[in-house]
Amino acid sequence: MPSQPLGWKIATVAEIRDETSDVKSFSLLVPQWRTHRPGQHVDVRLTAADGYQAQRSYSIASAPGPDGRVDLTVERIAEGEVSPYFHDVLVTGDEVEVRGPIGGYFVWEPSFGGPLLLIAGGSGVVPLMAILRERAGVDAPVSATLMYSSRTWDDVIYRDELEQLAANEDGLRVLHTLTRAQPPGWTGFARRIDRPMLEEALGGIGPQPLTYICGPTLLVEAAANGLVELGVDAGRIRTERFGPTS
Amino acid sequence: MTDRFVSRGFVGRRRDADADRAGRIPPGQYLSDGFPVLSAGPTPQIPLDQWEFTIEGLVRAPVRWSWEQLLALPARDWTVDISCVTKWTKLDTRWHGVSIDDLLAAVELDPRAQFVTAHSYGGYSTNLPLSDVLNNQAFVAYQYDGAPLEPAHGGPARLVVPHLYFWKSAKWVRGLRLIEHDVPGFWESLGYHNRGDPWREERYSGD
Repeated sequence: MPSQPLGWKIATVAEIRDETSDVKSFSLLVPQWRTHRPGQHVDVRLTAADGYQAQRSYSIASAPGPDGRVDLTVERIAEGEVSPYFHDVLVTGDEVEVRGPIGGYFVWEPSFGGPLLLIAGGSGVVPLMAILRERAGVDAPVSATLMYSSRTWDDVIYRDELEQLAANEDGLRVLHTLTRAQPPGWTGFARRIDRPMLEEALGGIGPQPLTYICGPTLLVEAAANGLVELGVDAGRIRTERFGPTS
Repeated sequence: MTDRFVSRGFVGRRRDADADRAGRIPPGQYLSDGFPVLSAGPTPQIPLDQWEFTIEGLVRAPVRWSWEQLLALPARDWTVDISCVTKWTKLDTRWHGVSIDDLLAAVELDPRAQFVTAHSYGGYSTNLPLSDVLNNQAFVAYQYDGAPLEPAHGGPARLVVPHLYFWKSAKWVRGLRLIEHDVPGFWESLGYHNRGDPWREERYSGD
């Protein structure tokens, strides 16, 4: 299918926010941005003075908006090449080259309906956050459950915003699991995602949710295979997997 | 290229070894030591006694292989570099499997056959010009690095077409359909390039 080339555009960093100790969000203003769909990603390209280039893909965290603003949430990978540049070098007003939006399957729009089951591991929550932000902006949102696995409470990305979204009482349930350490008095899950946890998630929203899973391979395999074993139609399950994007 | 843009303060982290390997890493790719897993949905679980591989479409008669029959075909080792459109390139990956040439030798091709659609368990598909799978350019692999191919990496068997982006190397492959006119596959219908040559950086539709 011939189509318009997805050209590189020079975006301006409008805002940088700390999410956790090793995760930051970057608001980019992209000229002539083609509105994205929640779940899509962009390619980022860095160019050194001698012409050396590095490219990576990053999920879009923001819901689509009219203003050409795109939020990327980037985890700093110590041995990486692009994420340390984002964390350690970029400041407000800098420019980066991006192209996108990219990806046409791991996407959700309000017209797709629900109920939604979103399962995230670590920074895999980013494209799911775009979905939750989009969902929160519509009238009568579909019921949704986010099951989110993090190492510790301090590693939970968007922690305050997730609490606020859940407090809207519009049918969103957020289930955290903390796999490495739990704060005193923790009442949530404290282990890797397993079958009883998936049953708990399905119990709240019904047996055939429209499901989006994003995270490390082991988590995605466990969650997707577990849901299929529990009777969820494989065609209702969309996955996005990553190793660290350095 | 009109690349006048420079990223302020970006030097890059160029690995020393990259110098030797230059010429093997396509533009926009980076070297990966790991083997990331990417797929659009759950990993299909295919019992070997139900597995089969079919060549059909524009052939005089379709041919079907069971798992035992596949293993009985002449196979060889392949050491190839692979590039995923998500930017990683992995060098010297070691596979064992059957050349598509040897599979096609079992059928009589209709001369109208110009394209191939690879179909997979789980519903995935990808399209290729016939010329991209001939002459030992492509194979059906059932071992990786000396061990049975893991389900997450496409086991029991996957197509491998190393000279194209790796989404063309359909995991969980269950057959090839020969056709006259090209039909976009799964990712090719969702904004990805129809051919996917990493050396031409054919990532997305329009590239």
